[in-house]
Amino acid sequence: MCDTCGCNVTEANRHLLDAGGKFHRTTAGHEAISVLQDLLSENDHIAAHNRSHFDKHDVLAINLMSSPGSGKTALLEATLDALAGRFRVAVIEGDLETENDAERIRQKGITAIQISTGNACHLDAHMVHDALHQLSLDDLDIVFIENVGNLVCPASFDLGQHLNVTLLSVTEGDDKPSKYPVMFRAADLMLLTKTDLLEVLDDFVPAQAENNLRRLASNATVLQLSARTQCGIQKWVEWLQQQQQQHRERTRQGQTRRPAIQVDGARMHAERQTR
Amino acid sequence: MHELAICRQMLKQVTQIAAANDALSVASISVRIGPLSGVESHLLKQAFPFAASGSVAEKAQLLIESMPVRVRCGQCGSETDARTNDLSCANCGDYHTQLLSGDELLLIGLELSRKNQETTHV
Repeated sequence: MCDTCGCNVTEANRHLLDAGGKFHRTTAGHEAISVLQDLLSENDHIAAHNRSHFDKHDVLAINLMSSPGSGKTALLEATLDALAGRFRVAVIEGDLETENDAERIRQKGITAIQISTGNACHLDAHMVHDALHQLSLDDLDIVFIENVGNLVCPASFDLGQHLNVTLLSVTEGDDKPSKYPVMFRAADLMLLTKTDLLEVLDDFVPAQAENNLRRLASNATVLQLSARTQCGIQKWVEWLQQQQQQHRERTRQGQTRRPAIQVDGARMHAERQTR
Repeated sequence: MHELAICRQMLKQVTQIAAANDALSVASISVRIGPLSGVESHLLKQAFPFAASGSVAEKAQLLIESMPVRVRCGQCGSETDARTNDLSCANCGDYHTQLLSGDELLLIGLELSRKNQETTHV
């Protein structure tokens, strides 16, 4: 991943570094250099730094992604109520403009750091790193990162989180996983939200949404809930408790966890193709 | 439109590598991109001149190798082509597959014009 420690050198690409391998003169008189590193390696570096920061303080970091208006902030409000007294929680809010969402969280007495991304359609590891400087991780168990509402760009940027939760509200259509495969492949959990509306919608079939997710070769857990009626909140909270417990055990053993799909896969393919 | 952000990150790496190798300029940048990386090749190409302007790679050619989506089935072991929104096995239909290719987002190599070409290994 980095040139400093040489950890991007594998058995598969080592030959590129050997004499005559790394440099060779091309016909135009230029010199070719083989690199083989992720295009986002700088972001990934900071993300890894963020993750080790979370791990050191035994904090579980969860990245919430969805389209705008699928109920991320409403989910957080209901979750904060349900987790009160059980876990110490803080929220990092990503939006293009306004502090509205952070204000809603603060009304619950919870620390919320607002990142205003301006024109950027996603959070990146730098922005989260800056936000972390404003949080006292020693006093926390879980940090939720509410990403910018967008089913495209946020999927490409590792923030240092341990888990990705992708929300799909039932007003959106059960074919969203097929339309946005990059986003839904990255989910460790797909959460169907606003399920209280299912009774008035005849075109959203939860089983079909799950089926479309499975076709992305995903084994992610699928849960349903309504933040408004609280129906399904209990199972979501149980999932969070389970994840937090597993995270504790991991950090105790000096291990960490990355979200479902990250650039490791890409690196593996590169090695395979170089052979 | 995160391609501009990705382009800028790529150019940071390119600039570092060019400086480390005493390059005068970068003639070409080779990248490998799969559709499941979430990056659109044509948008990356459009973003490149804006991101590269004023840098050592200002006149570089951006060479993009597009990768196919391929999977290996955990059930029947077949290696087959797949679609971005259907990664199930083309042979037996099972969805327990492993992606072999298709989510790459890699900087593969650079062509550099160097200061002291005669002293480098050829």
